[in-house]
Amino acid sequence: MSSVLELRGVHRTHGRGPAAVHALRGVTLRVRPGELVAVMGPSGSGKSTLLNLAGGLDGPSHGEVLVEGRSLAELSRRELAAVRRRTVGYVFQDFNLLPSLTAVENVALPLELDGVSVRRARRAALASLSEVGVTDIAGRFPDQMSGGQQQRVAIARALVGERRLVLADEPTGALDSGTGEAVLRVLRERVDAGAAGLLVTHEARHAGWADRVIFLRDGVVVDSSGPLDTADDLLEHRA
Amino acid sequence: MHGYQLRAAFEESVGGTWALNIGQVYTTLSRLERDEFVRALPESESGQRPYEITETGRAELSRWFSTPLERTDRPRDELAIKLALAMTTPGVDVTTVVQSQRTAGVRALQEYTRLKARPIEPDDLSWRLVLDSLIFQCEAEIRWLDHCEMTILRHRPGLAAPVSAPVEERERNSR
Repeated sequence: MSSVLELRGVHRTHGRGPAAVHALRGVTLRVRPGELVAVMGPSGSGKSTLLNLAGGLDGPSHGEVLVEGRSLAELSRRELAAVRRRTVGYVFQDFNLLPSLTAVENVALPLELDGVSVRRARRAALASLSEVGVTDIAGRFPDQMSGGQQQRVAIARALVGERRLVLADEPTGALDSGTGEAVLRVLRERVDAGAAGLLVTHEARHAGWADRVIFLRDGVVVDSSGPLDTADDLLEHRA
Repeated sequence: MHGYQLRAAFEESVGGTWALNIGQVYTTLSRLERDEFVRALPESESGQRPYEITETGRAELSRWFSTPLERTDRPRDELAIKLALAMTTPGVDVTTVVQSQRTAGVRALQEYTRLKARPIEPDDLSWRLVLDSLIFQCEAEIRWLDHCEMTILRHRPGLAAPVSAPVEERERNSR
């Protein structure tokens, strides 16, 4: 199966010469539809850099990042912006909902920014809210929601419309353990429904929801676990 | 209750995370009988011998529930001993020991989480808690292994496995 996200031998270096910081050193990674991959590692190991590269917010020093088979480096600035709006969704630790918009308006916003009519955007937003089980709070503002509800809305926003790649940066960080678990359950369900997910976390308990867990140390994948690759995957790797 | 009923009741509480063999159940029952915590009743027509708890048994049970377990009562941690020995045994790469244990831990964690991902039924609650206990223990072990790896890298960088080959390359090479 083709990957939604693929990193091929990706390096990212900040600065030059002796002061250069090698944030990532040769990371190769694929995330397929229906697959949730967790990235674990201590702070400074390159987790955030990895997420930024995957979302096209940053570019690699060497290597290639492909989203739905297209190399981000080969896209024009405009095309890249379109990929970020239409294909990639983000979920952050602090939810990042706009306080002056209701839940449904927050979720509809990326579609409206992309030129979708208000009515169609609203319909898609309600569908997305229903998929994460929070249609009842569609008309509420963020400060009228619990943390868990805000994060569900953020997941709905990340996956509204046709978007198929969700990048989650410590999405349960600010939540208590029960609420955090409920949020991961929703993320897992959305991925099972066909999205691809990359989850950065420092908590193994949360990484347990992923199909595969990779460990980053000083910018290198030192360890990877999860179900063993199938024969098809192996052929794909060798190709 | 007779032995098979006891086993079924126990396994229902812990959700099959701790399988008992019936021999174990009867050995335990005979020890409990010896200590007068239970007493055997007459055999049923089907040849099964039910047991009932005694007053002494109830008192012991109540004491057990109300007394916290001491950490020293639990078996020694073989993994901690293994790592300590790996540090001092020539020819053993301690980071490989750490990494393979961590991978095993994460796989176990994924399995437990998969069980947990099923919808919650009210009757599941007792085994959910047992499952959560396994998940938290796993997490603690993974965190500790992470900590070991970082400590080793910091204090004895020469011991670290080479990090120039990403794991997918390593796996490919070994296949």
